[in-house]
Amino acid sequence: MHQESAIREPLILGDNVTYHQITEDIARPIEGKANKWWYLVFGIAMAAFLWGFACICYFIGTGIGAWGANKTVGWAWDITNFVWWIGIGHAGTLISAVLLLFRQKWRMAINRSAEAMTIFAVMCAAMFVVMHTGRPWLDYWLFPLPNQFGSLWTNFNSPLLWDVFAVSTYFSVSLIFWYMGLIPDFATIRDRAKKPLAQKIYKILSFGWSGRARDWSRFEEVSLVLAGLSTPLVFSVHSIVSMDFATSIVPGWHTTIFPPYFVAGAIFSGFAMVLTLLIICRKVLGLENYITIKHIEYMNIVIIVTGSLVGVAYLTELFIAYYSGVMYEQYAFLNRATGPYWWSYWGMMTCNVISPQLFWFKKIRTSIIATFILSIVVNIGMWFERFVIIVTSLHRDFLPSSWTMYSPTFIEIGFFIGTIGFFFVCFLLFARVFPVIAQSELKMIVKSSSEKHRKINKQNQHH
Amino acid sequence: MSKKSIHGIYDDDDQLKDGARLLRDHGIKVKEVFSPFPVHGLDALIGVPRTRLAITAFVYGITGTCLATLMMWYMMVSDWPTDVGGKPNWGYFYNMPAFIPITFESTVLCAAHLMFWTFMFRSWLLPGVTPKNPDPRTTDDKFLMLIEANDSDVDKIVGYLKQTGASEVNLK
Repeated sequence: MHQESAIREPLILGDNVTYHQITEDIARPIEGKANKWWYLVFGIAMAAFLWGFACICYFIGTGIGAWGANKTVGWAWDITNFVWWIGIGHAGTLISAVLLLFRQKWRMAINRSAEAMTIFAVMCAAMFVVMHTGRPWLDYWLFPLPNQFGSLWTNFNSPLLWDVFAVSTYFSVSLIFWYMGLIPDFATIRDRAKKPLAQKIYKILSFGWSGRARDWSRFEEVSLVLAGLSTPLVFSVHSIVSMDFATSIVPGWHTTIFPPYFVAGAIFSGFAMVLTLLIICRKVLGLENYITIKHIEYMNIVIIVTGSLVGVAYLTELFIAYYSGVMYEQYAFLNRATGPYWWSYWGMMTCNVISPQLFWFKKIRTSIIATFILSIVVNIGMWFERFVIIVTSLHRDFLPSSWTMYSPTFIEIGFFIGTIGFFFVCFLLFARVFPVIAQSELKMIVKSSSEKHRKINKQNQHH
Repeated sequence: MSKKSIHGIYDDDDQLKDGARLLRDHGIKVKEVFSPFPVHGLDALIGVPRTRLAITAFVYGITGTCLATLMMWYMMVSDWPTDVGGKPNWGYFYNMPAFIPITFESTVLCAAHLMFWTFMFRSWLLPGVTPKNPDPRTTDDKFLMLIEANDSDVDKIVGYLKQTGASEVNLK
């Protein structure tokens, strides 16, 4: 049997961890009743979602003139929020695919909920794309449909069309990857279920999984191949999102470093959102033995790395703007830092470049409170980043007579709040009815990485 | 001579593997193993061949590449060539850099989805299918080894199972 080095910190804590104990701990939130905090948060999230829904109905009825976007600033909150959500969505696949290829065992406790988060975040992002076309009922024009719908095919030279393909592929592949992992865990819940309705529902959800050796062998092979496919996919999606900007000729957007810079930013914000959710989740669902401080520390290390990459990208951008000698490019960056939107630029710099550097201190990166606060700071910073890139690059274009300012209307703000509500509604429901930890995977590492077996191995060595 | 099904239930995956090894050494075929998680190293002991699903994924991926290429060639080059921002449109090859992202996405889309559904149909995992595990505890913490044997061999096999630490042996 594979044994880990004894100096590696265990990933599963607790002295009485057994396979059955893991099942019990993960099934508890599903089988038990929700407490009043769950209902309270769910109520708030639902209210936010309904408010957003009302705003969506309003601007579908009147047109997206109800937004603050104007002739000069044609993309504003819609695309800012789209990129923000899709960026958040990147952590899930990164954790489940890239960390699987690197054989990182710590991903096993967090991959399920991170993937769920990915799926919900991409759904939120999709809402902005669907709505920003203005006439969402004609969105099927985005697909390559025959000529009867007009005289032309879709333009395959356009990054906007690449985006349609990339985001839909990403969403659907993440969905099957997530669902396939859930099938064995649904089977566990099904075989434990006492109530006939629950038995019926989980029987359907588990696809009749019975855990035969042959199925497991196929399951592992498919997981590995899906991870191999998802790894370039996750990098391609945000690269293509960045090409929506980078292939244009707008100063501030026309930058070749955008693809890696956006991918690093996406992973950065995604991990921050995973931390925000899991720090609450582990407490509320009583999973402290599985999602440990060590897991939080690992994620914080990813945040330092990607945050520093983002910081380097910001500085490179500034230097290249200066070094290019192009006055429009130079002005775009000068205007970001000192123009009317200076607060968003400095907000971005503080939240994304300075604050993650605090994680160099071990005390801070192993502190739950500090991590929670910083994870929210990072998400605010990453929202500002997209706002800076989009709005401050557009609002003062080549023609000073069309320079203008942008501010969101309450309808737009309502839409954004609505997607946050939707995200939390989905996540809270997920935490109640789905196994939030991939228990079958976790059971595989009990013998190599749990605190209990570490001690047993140690005793055996002494004898 | 009548056949009997023997259910050997283990609490531990390493003991399960010991059992499988002992049975293999005595030439006894294990019909099936039901486990709560994949037990590495078991497949070779009970004679489960390596799955070919990865090969299907490759074939599906190539199919996706071809479909995307064909689609973009037909739409952008053959059926209705359009000059968009002066980008070349008079031949697939010249326009190809712009087609790479969608070719890649289509490859991944076809490989992932078709492989997933091939897995589901091959293992017959579909909504509403009745699970085949004989004991509900095998999705929790028990490992069940299913052996079909002639009446005369039953005692011997039960002995092997007990010897390697099976916590329960049931005859059906």
